Amino acid sequence: MNGTVFCDQCGAPAEAGGHGRCAARRALEPPRYCVDCARRMVVQVTPTGWTGRCSRHGERRSAGY
Amino acid sequence: MAAPVVHTDLLTELRDSVLERGVPATPAQVLELLRLPDQHLEDLLALAHEVRMRWCGPEVEVEGIISLKTGGCPEDCHFCSQSGLFASPVRSAWLDIPMLVEAAKQTAKTGATEFCIVAAVRGPDERLMTQVAAGIQAIKDEIDINIACSLGMLTPDQVQRLAAMGVHRYNHNLETARSYFPEVVSTHTWEERWDTLRLVREAGMEVCCGGIVGMGETVEQRAEFAGQLAELEPDEVPLNFLNPRPGTPFGDLELMPAADALRTVAAFRLALPRTVLRFAGGRELTLGDLGARKGLLGGINAVIVGNYLTTLGRPAESDIDLLGELSMPVKALNQTL
Repeated sequence: MNGTVFCDQCGAPAEAGGHGRCAARRALEPPRYCVDCARRMVVQVTPTGWTGRCSRHGERRSAGY
Repeated sequence: MAAPVVHTDLLTELRDSVLERGVPATPAQVLELLRLPDQHLEDLLALAHEVRMRWCGPEVEVEGIISLKTGGCPEDCHFCSQSGLFASPVRSAWLDIPMLVEAAKQTAKTGATEFCIVAAVRGPDERLMTQVAAGIQAIKDEIDINIACSLGMLTPDQVQRLAAMGVHRYNHNLETARSYFPEVVSTHTWEERWDTLRLVREAGMEVCCGGIVGMGETVEQRAEFAGQLAELEPDEVPLNFLNPRPGTPFGDLELMPAADALRTVAAFRLALPRTVLRFAGGRELTLGDLGARKGLLGGINAVIVGNYLTTLGRPAESDIDLLGELSMPVKALNQTL
């Protein structure tokens, strides 16, 4: 772990900038990448929420899930 | 001064033929509607709303959808993030039965009467058919809700098996006009999709067939598509607006202008006066928050509430509250087409 946080939409380092489109997309997109390691997550969307599972860092889920 | 008179004549003509007599607008008339200048859009939407109220009534059919098998699809539908042939961030996933039942419960809690189980496949294999059968039984054991499926192209035997499972409606979109389909999909044909729809109808299931607009088709092809759907006479037409997915061949297309989207809604209503016309994916992006209201007052009489298969939607409560505000009751479970 080097403390880098990654963008959950594109997988690039969050601090790198250029995430304007990612921010706009986030309202209608579940996360696709793990914020801890940038691996693509296995995402399941349900009518009221979502879960995202990273093989290394486990599962995240939405509030409505 | 000549042009506005022509447009007024068209709407007057359609008021008589579609609204009063229930005769669907022809593809040529649909094309004229799709070319209608913005200053006549409100008149068109108002007519489409009258047609919907006259031939379908005020009820709105509410549905939730779930992806049973996500991603890894062998087909190359250029709009789809679930194709295994594109560099999409969507990874393959299978939903287990308890989660499927939970999703059906979530859907029923919104007031929805339809729950559609979807899989990203060319057609179902035996593993998927078994999973669907077990899932449907588990849902029926716990919840009173109509179950629809969307599992790609079917064999005659699979159609019969799904009907026997109690699937009341089957979704299989033609997606676009026959003339434009080769630009959208190369791994199967429009005709193969049509064949599945014919089998579905012959088996006694309701036919749900729509598509996506804003994929680069011309307005002529959009009108052609409306005519082909009218020829099919589906029970339901889900209308999607392209949401360009990262990594897909259509990922860099522009969103369809909102006015064109609303024109399409109204024109399709006039081409399909008695059909359930459902707002589906992409409406939030294309039409914004006002889109739901304008669509429901412009020909739409069904909505997918909550999230979609791989993307998020408006909260279901927002749509349900809007229906109350518009005095449009949610269609009850025991109401049939």
